[in-house]
Amino acid sequence: MTSALEVAMTRHIGEFDLDVAFTVESGISVLFGPSGAGKSLTLALIAGLLRPDTGTIAINGQEVTDCARHVYVSTQDRRIGMVFQDGLLLPHRTVLDNVALAVRQSRGRAAKRAVARSWLERVGADAFAERRPSSLSGGQRQRVALARGLAGDPALVLLDEPLSALDAAVRSELRTLIRKVIVASGIPAVLVTHDAVEAEELGDVVINYNEGRVTGYRVVERVRDTEPDGDAPRSSESP
Amino acid sequence: MNRSRELAQTLDGPQRTVVVVAVALAGLALGYGAAHFFSGSIAYWGVVSGPFFITLRVVIPATLIAGSTGIGAGYLLAKGRFPGRDLLETIGSLPIILPPTVIGFYLLEVLSPGSAIGGFVTRAVGHVLVYNVFGCIIAASVAAFPFCMRSARAAIEGVDPTLEQAGRTIGLSNWRVALQVTLPLARRGIATGLTIGCARALGEYGATLMVGGDINGKTRTLSLAVLDSFTTPERNAMLLILVLLAIAAMTGVGLLGRSRS
Repeated sequence: MTSALEVAMTRHIGEFDLDVAFTVESGISVLFGPSGAGKSLTLALIAGLLRPDTGTIAINGQEVTDCARHVYVSTQDRRIGMVFQDGLLLPHRTVLDNVALAVRQSRGRAAKRAVARSWLERVGADAFAERRPSSLSGGQRQRVALARGLAGDPALVLLDEPLSALDAAVRSELRTLIRKVIVASGIPAVLVTHDAVEAEELGDVVINYNEGRVTGYRVVERVRDTEPDGDAPRSSESP
Repeated sequence: MNRSRELAQTLDGPQRTVVVVAVALAGLALGYGAAHFFSGSIAYWGVVSGPFFITLRVVIPATLIAGSTGIGAGYLLAKGRFPGRDLLETIGSLPIILPPTVIGFYLLEVLSPGSAIGGFVTRAVGHVLVYNVFGCIIAASVAAFPFCMRSARAAIEGVDPTLEQAGRTIGLSNWRVALQVTLPLARRGIATGLTIGCARALGEYGATLMVGGDINGKTRTLSLAVLDSFTTPERNAMLLILVLLAIAAMTGVGLLGRSRS
């Protein structure tokens, strides 16, 4: 079976050295570790926003980076979706347009908007489809960002600390939503966080990061995998 | 003034552009009407209307040419990493600091059928480009270009690059990122440059005189006609039109500069 993501790469930036190798299957894989461990850098390299110094990256079996063979598939051709810490919604577009721009699988404005609207409904953001991002709260913006990240039917969705800028109550609400929507979509996801609760509640697999290295890997066992509201996550350490 | 500011803040980008165009057209109409009113009573509209329409024939295409090339050059300067970038910007900015007569001299060198380069250009284009309205348009375009280019560059450099990255992660090609993310976000600075470039084209005098020739009914724009008729009563109407056009342009800049939070 083809892995959703295979990574084996190095990158040197200033005094920092990233040297990681891991594989991601279906579900949500969490890159967990302290700030400055190289988690967000890993995501940027997977997305193609930066290039590794050495190594390879394959998404859904397709090699998107191979430094030895000078293969660098551009970000736009990687079939990824990405949810950023602060949403990064386009401020001059409505919420609906922001999501519709990401729809790749349909042609025509009406069809794209229909797909976008269905994703906004799934994340509970359809009520403000015609509003501008500047009029939304942080939590509402992240709902829209999640819809945008998934609307393009990506092979992999990357979430870079999507909840870290939100207050505790909204974080808890969105944790549930993110897991529910991603699991229902069937799209593999890689999520970066330094919050242990978030890692436990969201992840199927937790990959521990420290100082640019993968230091551990554990599978989070769940009682009911498709109904995250009733989840009782238990951790089982593995190597 | 507060009410107009509040009104401006409730408008989004396209609506604001419509307002700016409407204000500019209103300025033109007002200038035209005022000139016509004055001319009706003292019967020299015939003298004023010729330069007025020639000015429109020059300024509108000159703004379009300087705007499109200026935005392109500004984008290249803001995003491109290539040798000679600073030199390109310096050359592009020369019309700001060079005396207009020097610009006119070099334009004549390039465009005049009698010169080596000009002869080639004339044969390539298939039309003489000096001492007609084409010469005036080229002179006004060159004068307006640096304002469009520099404003576009500054505005494009001011766009948050992470928003452009976000555009790429949702599959937008580099062209679509430029057209759907970068340029819309830079639109206010670009529009300001266009407006100032338009005003510069409107006031162009020296280079236009040398390349266009100040031929009555053919290349005499309002700026040239004001000097030609400085001792005659019709200068008042011409001055009024120019002042109203300038006010309309600056009102446009003011509206565009007010951003909605």
